[in-house]
Amino acid sequence: MNLKLKIWRQKNANSSGEMVDYNISDVSPDMSFLEMMDVLNNELISKDQDPISFDHDCREGICGMCSMHINGRPHGPDDLVTTCQLHMRKFKDGDTIIIEPFRADAFPVIKDLVVDRSAFDRIQQAGGFVSINTSGNTQDANTIPIAKENADKAFDAATCIGCGACVATCKNASAMLFVSAKVSQFSLLPQGKVEAKDRVLNMVKQMDEEGFGNCTNTGACEVECPKGISLENIARMNREYLKASIKD
Amino acid sequence: MIESSILRKVAMALSGLFLILFLAQHFTINFTSVFSEDLFNKLSHFMGTNPLVQFILQPILIFGVIFHFVMGFILEIKNRSARKVKYSYQSGSSSSWISRNMFFSGVVILSFLGLHFYDFWVPEIKYKYIEFLPEDPERYYEELVHKFHSPGRVAFYSISFVFLSLHLMHGFVSSFKSVGVNNKYSNTIKTMAIAFSVIVPLGFIFIAIFHHLNG
Repeated sequence: MNLKLKIWRQKNANSSGEMVDYNISDVSPDMSFLEMMDVLNNELISKDQDPISFDHDCREGICGMCSMHINGRPHGPDDLVTTCQLHMRKFKDGDTIIIEPFRADAFPVIKDLVVDRSAFDRIQQAGGFVSINTSGNTQDANTIPIAKENADKAFDAATCIGCGACVATCKNASAMLFVSAKVSQFSLLPQGKVEAKDRVLNMVKQMDEEGFGNCTNTGACEVECPKGISLENIARMNREYLKASIKD
Repeated sequence: MIESSILRKVAMALSGLFLILFLAQHFTINFTSVFSEDLFNKLSHFMGTNPLVQFILQPILIFGVIFHFVMGFILEIKNRSARKVKYSYQSGSSSSWISRNMFFSGVVILSFLGLHFYDFWVPEIKYKYIEFLPEDPERYYEELVHKFHSPGRVAFYSISFVFLSLHLMHGFVSSFKSVGVNNKYSNTIKTMAIAFSVIVPLGFIFIAIFHHLNG
């Protein structure tokens, strides 16, 4: 396949970027999207040009590092996959592909397609964990009875990889799907209930401080999430937050 | 104002649900004008003269309307400022047009409310509390019909109610989600919301056209 690429180039966080056109030929439909980017970068390096910076790590759809906005959608045109799992067979010969970084003030561009998503780390640090005594007297988790329905919901919420596609697609750049998944994965389990009140209050406070927008329930985040995290989590977080605010 | 994003959502949702209740009551009374001039006059006279309605419920309603619009503007400004650099291309396929344009439909409804207040509320306040004219329990039906003589006004009202329908279509269900409702009743709520969002605005359009044609 021969493709025309329009890619956001930005030297650093302080410079203003622009879309730059590239042509790439002989792209195999079996390549992953990131492999296509690797080929393009090799060409740029061979011409002594600056390669395009983009985030990637596991390339197995687990780590949540890849973050491109491809043809108007985070992670591109395929459903329930990350950019690293997207294959070039999803495109046709002669297509123009528009590639941009995830856009949100809370995710500032570092270079080209690389954005700083450490806001998510700070939200996690504010309460996205269970404090547990590991002195040797810890109760075996398997001995704690948990309703199957809750275990399933908690697991589904825990599959969030924190890639930021929810923020990238939301018209308000809201992070509520991510935060609600992290709140839900603990609040549904007995181990997480002990700190549930502080967790939701602290995580939402941090989310607001990071400058994400407000959720208006458009549902775009749920559609674009590569892990299919449900909007139901946001309603649960709202409930948890209201309960915690009243008790506070 | 309210600092927490979730509490802002909840405040927006509760004020919206309050306005939905008011809309249901307003529609019920107005619809009586289609089949009974006398009943409409009686109900309007009650609403227009009852001290509880006039001095307690009416100020609460006005506060609710203003609060909903002001909070809507605040949320829109905050949301826009969360992404100052826009995408050069963004597909809109993952959400409905109306869910992304609640602010736009809200502004259309606000402009409609401006005309609606000018048409009905301002003359009513002038009649009762500025000119202190003697109450005439039979005047309400005539006032209503008179307003719908103008085809331009009927057209503007009808277009506004289409936007109200779209606004409700997303807002009604969204309000419940915002206050944390997501359970076995969610599908029932969604069905009720769609029915309300279609029936009530269409009913208001019907009332306007009915009085235009029969007035």
